[in-house]
Amino acid sequence: MRSTEHAPQMAQDNPTRFDIALRAARVAFNGVDIFHDLDLTLQAGSFTCLLGPSGVGKSTLLRYFAGLVEGDVSGTITCSDNIALTGRVAYMAQQDLLLPWRSVLENVVLGAVLRHEKPDYEKASHLLTEVGLRDAANLRPAELSGGMKQRAALARTLMEDRPVVLMDEPFSALDPLNRLRLQELAAQVLRGKTVLLVTHDPLEALRLGDRVHVLTGSPTQLQDAITPKGQSPRNIADPEILAQQAELLGQLGAERSEGAA
Amino acid sequence: MSTQNNPHTNRKALSDRRWLILARPLIIIIALIATWQLLVIVTGAPKYMLPPPADVWHTLIARHAVLFDHAKYTIAETVIGLFAGAALGTLAAIPMALFSPVRFWLMPILLVSQAIPFFALAPLLVLWLGFGLASKIAMAALIIFFPVTVAFFDGLSRTETGWLDLARTMGASRWRLLTHIRLPAALPAFASGFRVATAVAPIGAVIGEWVGSSHGLGYLMLHANARVQIDMVFACLLILCAFSITQYFIVDRVLRAALPWQPDSLKPVR
Repeated sequence: MRSTEHAPQMAQDNPTRFDIALRAARVAFNGVDIFHDLDLTLQAGSFTCLLGPSGVGKSTLLRYFAGLVEGDVSGTITCSDNIALTGRVAYMAQQDLLLPWRSVLENVVLGAVLRHEKPDYEKASHLLTEVGLRDAANLRPAELSGGMKQRAALARTLMEDRPVVLMDEPFSALDPLNRLRLQELAAQVLRGKTVLLVTHDPLEALRLGDRVHVLTGSPTQLQDAITPKGQSPRNIADPEILAQQAELLGQLGAERSEGAA
Repeated sequence: MSTQNNPHTNRKALSDRRWLILARPLIIIIALIATWQLLVIVTGAPKYMLPPPADVWHTLIARHAVLFDHAKYTIAETVIGLFAGAALGTLAAIPMALFSPVRFWLMPILLVSQAIPFFALAPLLVLWLGFGLASKIAMAALIIFFPVTVAFFDGLSRTETGWLDLARTMGASRWRLLTHIRLPAALPAFASGFRVATAVAPIGAVIGEWVGSSHGLGYLMLHANARVQIDMVFACLLILCAFSITQYFIVDRVLRAALPWQPDSLKPVR
């Protein structure tokens, strides 16, 4: 496993410049509303986190932005630059979704291959170096550790070079140390992009998110955003972050711990 | 996940295994021949009912020219039938997986085709396609068609949904999605179907030969049986067995080599 010493200093040359407004969103499965009348604005170039218990519909909300929810769906997504969001998002899931028959490098260029474009292997190698997988480019996914697989998935996401990145619990299957390293890496390489991250880990949300929303109830309600100070990745030992964690846990329905209140 | 054993114990296990890999088929063959001989002695069956192994061996050597001449036909019918059946199965499975109307119309027809006992079809095929290779190839292909179609269709309709989601956000074309994700993902399932097909393919060819032919091991067996040359029948059976097993192992090896990424929890330590 590589450490983050080799990690990139990737300054985003072209930050995302448009807001995305979701209005009156409604999704129902089997006649039951997962959420309705839901409004959420993703601010240009900022990192928004959705936090909530399992089954609350946070993944559904993220998939709504990705255009992956089918069936009983209504609502509008508008971008402030008046161009449709479709085709401008990159998606990263909890599973690495690497194709086992392609090498790591070939997985990174998958998007271009699927669109019948000429893959830019040079850029892919560069990105693999940035996520610390330079030596693993020709390995198959089965030969990688869990952390390396998620790094490869991150490189594939970056390869798409989309202004908006949607991440569905991308680090939740990793061990704590790898999770911290990957959060750090993601914060660096995704800076300047509009990111929506779904997680069930309050500390992850506070570490990475510029705006953290808690989702609770059924149909799901969106709580007002908590906005941690400073630039991500934030120090999780910071007392202010810990206080905000207590606040988030409170919103999630936990008893407030005595020390943090 | 990769195995991370101690390299020394690993190497030792490997050499043990290699010895066993070579010895195992021999042990099995010797045990089977011994059982056969024992059966001859215990039952006291006359030679025209159950010939002892030595007699059959003698026939194999003495009549090898005739036997191999006929075996050529059976082998050709089986191999051509195998590839024809697999090709037809592939051609049926892909449109079935891609277009639901095709699936709804073709699936019942497929099931009906399997409800007809193929033994009963053999005389018709001989009538329509003649005494030559064509009717036997058709017979073998018919038997193979179903397992290949069902297995491949199953594989194609079980593509990991996460891959499909990812491909959609990447703006994949329908054709590229098929050729770069759905087809490769279904190959292990296709391989399972093809393995089953390989094992049953000779049955089709031999049944076809029984019903009407002038060549092949099935033809030879039928005539030897009528003349009470049971040692000859057994010699034919042995050749069929040897061919079936060889064919299966070649196919298995080729499929494994072609799909090295396929998860296989039974894979021996290399």
